[in-house]
Amino acid sequence: MQEKNALNYDYTVAKCFTYATILFGIIGMLIGVVIAYQMAFPQLNYLAGEYGTYSRLRPLHTSGVIFGFLLSGIFATWYYVGQRVLKVSMAESKFLMVIGKLHFWVYMIVILTAVVTLFMGISTSKEYAELEWPLDIAVVVLWVLWGISIFGLVGIRREKTLYISMWYYIATFLGVAMLWIFNNMEVPTFLVAGMGKWYHSVSMYAGTNDAMVQWWYGHNAVAFVFTVPIIAMIYYFLPKESGQPVFSYKLSLLSFWGLMFVYLWAGGHHLLFSTVPDWVQTMGSIFSVILILPSWGSAINMLLTMKGQWGQLKENPLVKFMVLASTFYMLSTLEGPIQAIKSVNALAHFTDWIPGHVHDGTLGWVGFMTMAALYHMAPRMYKRELYSKKLMDSQFWLQTTGIVMYFSSMWIAGITQGMMWRATDQFGNLAYSFIDTVTVLIPYYALRATGGLLYLIGFFMFTYNMYKTMTASKAIASEPQNASPMAA
Amino acid sequence: MSMETIRELQAYGYIFFTVFLAVILYAYIYHLYRAEKVGTRNYEKYADMALRDNIDDVPVEAVPPVNKEKE
Repeated sequence: MQEKNALNYDYTVAKCFTYATILFGIIGMLIGVVIAYQMAFPQLNYLAGEYGTYSRLRPLHTSGVIFGFLLSGIFATWYYVGQRVLKVSMAESKFLMVIGKLHFWVYMIVILTAVVTLFMGISTSKEYAELEWPLDIAVVVLWVLWGISIFGLVGIRREKTLYISMWYYIATFLGVAMLWIFNNMEVPTFLVAGMGKWYHSVSMYAGTNDAMVQWWYGHNAVAFVFTVPIIAMIYYFLPKESGQPVFSYKLSLLSFWGLMFVYLWAGGHHLLFSTVPDWVQTMGSIFSVILILPSWGSAINMLLTMKGQWGQLKENPLVKFMVLASTFYMLSTLEGPIQAIKSVNALAHFTDWIPGHVHDGTLGWVGFMTMAALYHMAPRMYKRELYSKKLMDSQFWLQTTGIVMYFSSMWIAGITQGMMWRATDQFGNLAYSFIDTVTVLIPYYALRATGGLLYLIGFFMFTYNMYKTMTASKAIASEPQNASPMAA
Repeated sequence: MSMETIRELQAYGYIFFTVFLAVILYAYIYHLYRAEKVGTRNYEKYADMALRDNIDDVPVEAVPPVNKEKE
């Protein structure tokens, strides 16, 4: 081990995952914009034969942004935050360095193979779990590598107590491990019965049981990929960037345990009015409503962290990104429980209000927080100031406009759709056929796709700003303590 | 077992879990505040871990040296 005063944090792996975040962000969001325009202009389905159809591209969009963009964002921030809050450098352990690099390369191979196989149409047809069994096993390998890296770093730490962000990263690791294994229990048909291709499989569960496991997984993928690790990020990056300690550390602990306990029971709300037992539906509904408490506990804690410091919003676009992220977290964690109430769900289920809800969470909360985190990390990793504050500000407003266009158009579309589906005449006959609703919704689909396009343009601005920061920005002499340095 | 009995058991279960979970929640809040009051732990100082995170900063609560030697 080197002398302590010569020691620095080693961001090699964090940088690799930063590049991956940007790459998969572009791929995932670009495909998202394409399929959104396909909804408005169906002829766009026929641009690239079978490879360009909505059904082929949709799992690529979801997997691309969840497992490509976001997971690499989580890993990038982990390899940055983990060292700092544990006060130990990756450079202190050759073993952990090898594991970190291996983690990155296995991850890249798995995700790129996933992109290729999904383009080829190889899919289990389970939402957010489309990968076939050989890739599922590869995911387990990369996850175990991440686990070794987390607990390895914890094992050689100097800081005795684990900071709250660490709790959330560890919960992400454990939660996804459990969800992934149980939902991907599958039977390889060729190996068991000599049927189908060697990589083909069917779920081990049948019918309603499969649906319950799937939505226990599906909803908790939202919990442990879209929520828990993003809270890990905001608990570190907002205090650090603003120079303010977390408003209430005790509230962060209480919210943590609340979130961990409540989230796991809420998945049943995806199956309201279906064939699953009534008590499962009621439980899903009730736990979804209770979920407001721990979610708002974290979000309010973040907003109160800025108490007396709101002036920073004017000065620092990064704080602006994070405060708006937190606000969108509050919005979507209020909207979700409202949609899970049975009477509201009767109207909202299967309508466009649902993707509207998902996207105010993912674009506003997840996307903003991940980009803000990478912006904060860049001057510390590359020893250069951020390239352009003005560009960052323009990106903020462009993307915010995009998000508002996205969710407001989907609110209107969803409620219109729900009302039309249930409308009957005086004899109880349905007033509209399905195609009537489609025709009415086309303008909202166009508006949604354009909102998505604005967000994508903003992401390209982020990419350019990051690229210029890495390559052409002014070098800084010492690491900034709090607010990230940026050129006008 | 009749449907009526099942419903009755469900209702008792519902009451039990509601009370039980509320007690756990408030007991944890009580535990957090009491630990601070009697001086066992100062939770709020842990917030500094994000702010004082340079590698040469003094840890908020260092791993005891005896453990480091064992490693």
